[in-house]
Amino acid sequence: MHEMSIATSVIETAQEEQRKHPASRVTKIGLRIGEWSGVDQESLRFCFEALVSSEKDPPVLEIEYLPRQNRCPSCNRLFRLKNFEIACPECGSSVTEPVSGDEMDIAFVELEEA
Amino acid sequence: MTPVMEKVAVEKKVLSENDRVAAGLRRAFRDNGIYCVNLISSPGAGKTSLLERTLARFRPEERVAVLTGDIATDNDAQRIARFGFPTKQICTGGSCHVDARMVDRALNGWDLASLDLLLIENVGNLVCPASYDLGEEDKVVVLSTTEGEDKPLKYPATFFRASTLVLNKIDLLPFVPFNIQAARENARKVNPNIEILEVSCTTGEGLDTWCAWLWNRAMRAANDV
Repeated sequence: MHEMSIATSVIETAQEEQRKHPASRVTKIGLRIGEWSGVDQESLRFCFEALVSSEKDPPVLEIEYLPRQNRCPSCNRLFRLKNFEIACPECGSSVTEPVSGDEMDIAFVELEEA
Repeated sequence: MTPVMEKVAVEKKVLSENDRVAAGLRRAFRDNGIYCVNLISSPGAGKTSLLERTLARFRPEERVAVLTGDIATDNDAQRIARFGFPTKQICTGGSCHVDARMVDRALNGWDLASLDLLLIENVGNLVCPASYDLGEEDKVVVLSTTEGEDKPLKYPATFFRASTLVLNKIDLLPFVPFNIQAARENARKVNPNIEILEVSCTTGEGLDTWCAWLWNRAMRAANDV
């Protein structure tokens, strides 16, 4: 629901990187978005494209989508959550640790000579 | 095509600015012995009613303050201010959640040393508030019996991050199809450690337990300074 403010913040971060390399332009921005981040990928893409649409060569948005995975501290099993149940499917332990799925990260920015 | 000049690893959280401000708030709360709660629910679950009933039970000299978030209007702040505790409305102006900077701005000018308990009522929404740290000690999610008992499964991130679930409107249980046992089980599937309290803001049932729960935590925070 807050994808517009996220898209704005992503573009601002990319611009900060660009300013460190004055003779460059941003060609690609790489994000990591987790299943439980509360971010809708399509909506984020839509907002991003709307914000960069006035540029001649707008940057591309690359999203790596990370499923919710937990690890069981008892049996060490790494598993993808089904139906949001965090109990371990192997040994049944009810307390497992999140490994991925909360991400909302800017991984990289690709720059090219302007 | 021009060759790629550089691929720069950024490795930054999109919400890093929010997290930075929230960390500052958390430090300030800790230094001043304030227990801060972030109240989250869908619209209409009863956050404001719960706050009203809670404040009505506190003695006027208790050191409690409230920030109440809404997209528009200061109706909630007016409802809450009647109880005589410091209250400020956060108008998010279209934004679907309260963020750390809004809290920081709202607290500007308040003497934090004069508070033991800060209650933040988030915007009615079970999605985005979960992503925005406000520096709080606990996220408390309110779910009411007029909603679906599968809400914890539909909005897992919020229920996963909440330490406590308040089941509200239990006076309506005889009249609604809400299965309270299923609601408890669904919440525990997503978050086995979640603490569950049952209340009715209409009859007052469970409110003493809830207030004692809050106050114990506030006193613990005050003593930890």
